[in-house]
Amino acid sequence: MQLVSHEYAGTVVLAPGGRLDHDNSEAFRAALQPHLEAAARPQRGVVLDLSNLEYVSSAGLRCFVLAAKQAKAQGGRIVIAGMQPVVAEIFQISRFNLVFDIFSSVRDALAALSADATAAYDRG
Amino acid sequence: MRVRFWGTRGSIPVSLTWRDLRDRVAQALVAANGRSLDTLERAYAFVEGHLPFSIAGTYGGHSPCVELDTGGASYFVCDMGSGARPFGAHVMARQAGAPARINVFMSHLHWDHMMGFPFFVPAWTPGTTLRIHGCHANLEAAFVRQQEPPGFPVGFSRLGAEFEFVQLEPGRPIEVDGVRVTAKHQLHGGDSFGYRFETGGRSIIYSTDSEHKLEDATETHDFVAFFRDADLVVFDSMYSLAEAVSVKEDWGHSSNMVGVELCQMAGVKHLVLFHHEPAYDDAAIDRVLAETRRFEELTREGSPLRVSSAFDGLEIAL
Repeated sequence: MQLVSHEYAGTVVLAPGGRLDHDNSEAFRAALQPHLEAAARPQRGVVLDLSNLEYVSSAGLRCFVLAAKQAKAQGGRIVIAGMQPVVAEIFQISRFNLVFDIFSSVRDALAALSADATAAYDRG
Repeated sequence: MRVRFWGTRGSIPVSLTWRDLRDRVAQALVAANGRSLDTLERAYAFVEGHLPFSIAGTYGGHSPCVELDTGGASYFVCDMGSGARPFGAHVMARQAGAPARINVFMSHLHWDHMMGFPFFVPAWTPGTTLRIHGCHANLEAAFVRQQEPPGFPVGFSRLGAEFEFVQLEPGRPIEVDGVRVTAKHQLHGGDSFGYRFETGGRSIIYSTDSEHKLEDATETHDFVAFFRDADLVVFDSMYSLAEAVSVKEDWGHSSNMVGVELCQMAGVKHLVLFHHEPAYDDAAIDRVLAETRRFEELTREGSPLRVSSAFDGLEIAL
């Protein structure tokens, strides 16, 4: 499980890749933690870019919920972007599509969070 | 071995309303437009062959009661929810006056799992032997209390059957009339217990009112071991996964997705979704079943896991 991160004007984009399942969900949760703490400022957002995620199990989905709870407690927000069809289907079956704001691309997600972050993303 | 589902709804019984029935009849009539259904035989063939279950049938509304028919002389039944009333009628008809020997296994002592007992006719019938098994220390007291005033007008002492309350210890198998039974502790308010039944080379798991904490690898491992290679697992799938890990966390129930994952890890053959949310109508349960089958396809690595959704009246032969 890789976790690639980028920051655009204070908004963090985290991109897990591969499969997120029972075997690596706790490691993923630990890997998320420093990024969530760094983003622990009011009005700060985190984008989970799932475009390289091939599969997510119930344990992996729970990590997303825990991260969202933590972000909310810190006054921030987590949104989802760029899901592959299989992951999108799992979100729908689990009803996680009703829990998260979901965007088709990272840029759309950033646009919903911060104009500065969107501008930074567009500048590359 | 046959498994008969007498009650499959969670928390509280439900029933169709006149509006539900009217809407179904209307939908069936529209679907039948242009067909010649001038005999009952043709009408049944149309209903059974062309209408979805959510129009032609209903998942039903009795609270939990599941019979395991081993083919032996004694009865085995899990929980005494409101489905115990029709189960009792079945026992009385089948015995035709002969005394019955009934082994009850209680997952826990919450209302929805006991409420059918005062209406369970064999318990009122002299000659019946009722052995009630469970892991809760207050097993007998809960049955007696349910029939105390002001909740019920006729006390437990007036029942005609001969009773034995059997205290089980989780993880320690016992032999009951030729069936090996093992209980397992489950996470639920006030505790609940699942049961593994093994006889004639077949194994059935009854695991309801059980929440699974996904961060606990040991708990997952223990349930996989408990479910290992079972022919059938009756599984509490009351909530969506999103509900179970967020707004309904710690409410003591699980989801369809966790059921699939545990059964796949354990090499189970057949998963039966159970303890349906009372707010779900038949179409909603149909949708959950279709999605669960799709999730099983998406996650399948070995042999296919058959997925069904329990309904009152369902019989599964093993």
